Amino acid sequence: MITQILFYLFAAVLLISAATVVSARNPVHSVLFLILAFFNAAALFLIAGAEFLAMTLVIVYVGAVAVLFLFVVMMLDVDFAELRSGFQRYAPIGATVGAILFVELALVLGGWKLAPAASGSLASPMPPGMSNTEALGRLLYTDYVFLFQAAGLVLLVAMIGAIVLTLRDRRTSRHQVIRNQVDRKPADTIEVLSVGLGTGIRELGIYRPKVVEEETVATADAHGDGGHGAGGHGHGH
Amino acid sequence: MYDFFHNTNLGIVILTFAEALALLVPLLIGVAYLTYAERKVLAAIQLRKGPNVVGPFGLLQPFADALKMLMKETVIPSGANRLLFLLAPMLTFMLAMLAWAVIPVNEGWAIADINVGILYLFAISSLGVYGIIIAGWASNSKYAFLGAMRSAAQMVSYEVSMGFVLVTVMLCVGSLNLTDVVLAQRTVWFCIPLFPMFVVFFISTLAETNRAPFDIPEGESEIVAGFFVEYSAMSFALFFLGEYANMILMSGMTTILFLGGWLAPFGVEPFTWIPGPIWFILKVCLCLFGFLWVRATFPRYRYDQLMRLGWKVFLPLSLLWLVLTAGALMAFGWLPNA
Repeated sequence: MITQILFYLFAAVLLISAATVVSARNPVHSVLFLILAFFNAAALFLIAGAEFLAMTLVIVYVGAVAVLFLFVVMMLDVDFAELRSGFQRYAPIGATVGAILFVELALVLGGWKLAPAASGSLASPMPPGMSNTEALGRLLYTDYVFLFQAAGLVLLVAMIGAIVLTLRDRRTSRHQVIRNQVDRKPADTIEVLSVGLGTGIRELGIYRPKVVEEETVATADAHGDGGHGAGGHGHGH
Repeated sequence: MYDFFHNTNLGIVILTFAEALALLVPLLIGVAYLTYAERKVLAAIQLRKGPNVVGPFGLLQPFADALKMLMKETVIPSGANRLLFLLAPMLTFMLAMLAWAVIPVNEGWAIADINVGILYLFAISSLGVYGIIIAGWASNSKYAFLGAMRSAAQMVSYEVSMGFVLVTVMLCVGSLNLTDVVLAQRTVWFCIPLFPMFVVFFISTLAETNRAPFDIPEGESEIVAGFFVEYSAMSFALFFLGEYANMILMSGMTTILFLGGWLAPFGVEPFTWIPGPIWFILKVCLCLFGFLWVRATFPRYRYDQLMRLGWKVFLPLSLLWLVLTAGALMAFGWLPNA
């Protein structure tokens, strides 16, 4: 009984938030409702006993993908009035896609109901006495490991493609060598002098900022820092 | 009586509520005294006295602070999105509490001893970023938004290496259940064979909780106070409490994954006289002291240094160690459940 109540609760919230994703005026609200929809889907997975899928849904979609969505929507200044103006033009296409999806889903679920024997022909049914984490792991990493690796390679290629497309020429930007920054010692940059009372450092022959010909004399001991200049290296001590 | 609490719906609900209270009340007191401990430890490291006026040794200071926060006015900026502005601190605080449902303080003492405990913890801790992003956006302020962006990038980056550390531990345990993780450490705590992963995990938890030296989302010298610059009174206090509760949670995770949870060290006589929960609390306190110690010792990281550490050092290192661990387990036949 409680399971039914929970199912209808989560399913109702899922449907309402999914509808709100499309109809909300503020895009940030849309994304937040999308997150709510993901959550309720995870709860439905839990009710169905698929705890691994539920957690993965939350980790991957809510914890990473939706963060990026939210990020982009918050950063980009999208003119949604303009986007909305095309609503009537695109409505038939959207409706067609939706209808096809709906029919397919109905066929899948109907097949379950109308032909119960179909579940017997599953390629890899859930083994008895095994948690679904273990069953999924065995399927992915033991039975279909090469297909799984191939899928990973496809994603890797996509990632490298994105990096290649956005990689800029390094020479135009000021490049930092972290090793030099970390290797820097106080002795390279700080000089302790004893200045007599009443005499300015100028009278000792020390000028701040150092003049160029002094720099060439002093480079012998302070060369490691030479290329960086004084600005922009707040390597704290 | 036993039958009522374990076999009827009402009984189970009442029992769960009681268990949650029994965990959350000590946790909140712990959070209050963590703020006190932080000020005392920092003071001791900096040769100061710290809070010492309210009550003996300043012990009532956290409650005085809480009362002050309650009395103050909650200011909502005029350009802010009111609903989200108030939702964000609540979300942060709730998520920090929610994760405790699966933490086993002793054998069989977890409120929900679920099969996928590690994944649950990982899922909840990856949601923590929403409280910060929503706060930054809803405040309608430049500094808050900058802090939120920094935080989102930082938390998503460090989750990756944390995930690999978790996978390494899972490999050695052969289960995702947190009780199994602790029981698998009866012979040796994982902090010894997986020492590099322990270090990576501890540093990642610093980044995940936005603590020094990775507190650039707040960065008070650069962006005032980052994502919670517009918050005041209780809404600020909820962020504050959430951050400290997250610190305790992350210390609890470190304890369970690497320091043997409630197990006594070496499992020998004088240590085993002390009950498990005490050991658990002691280990959590040790990790928390690490948090405070690091804060007193290290200057804040620069943003690009932080990203470099996460992606160019921790990610390859944890990936390499994962492969090494898997190889060693396979080669020596140490795989659990094999």
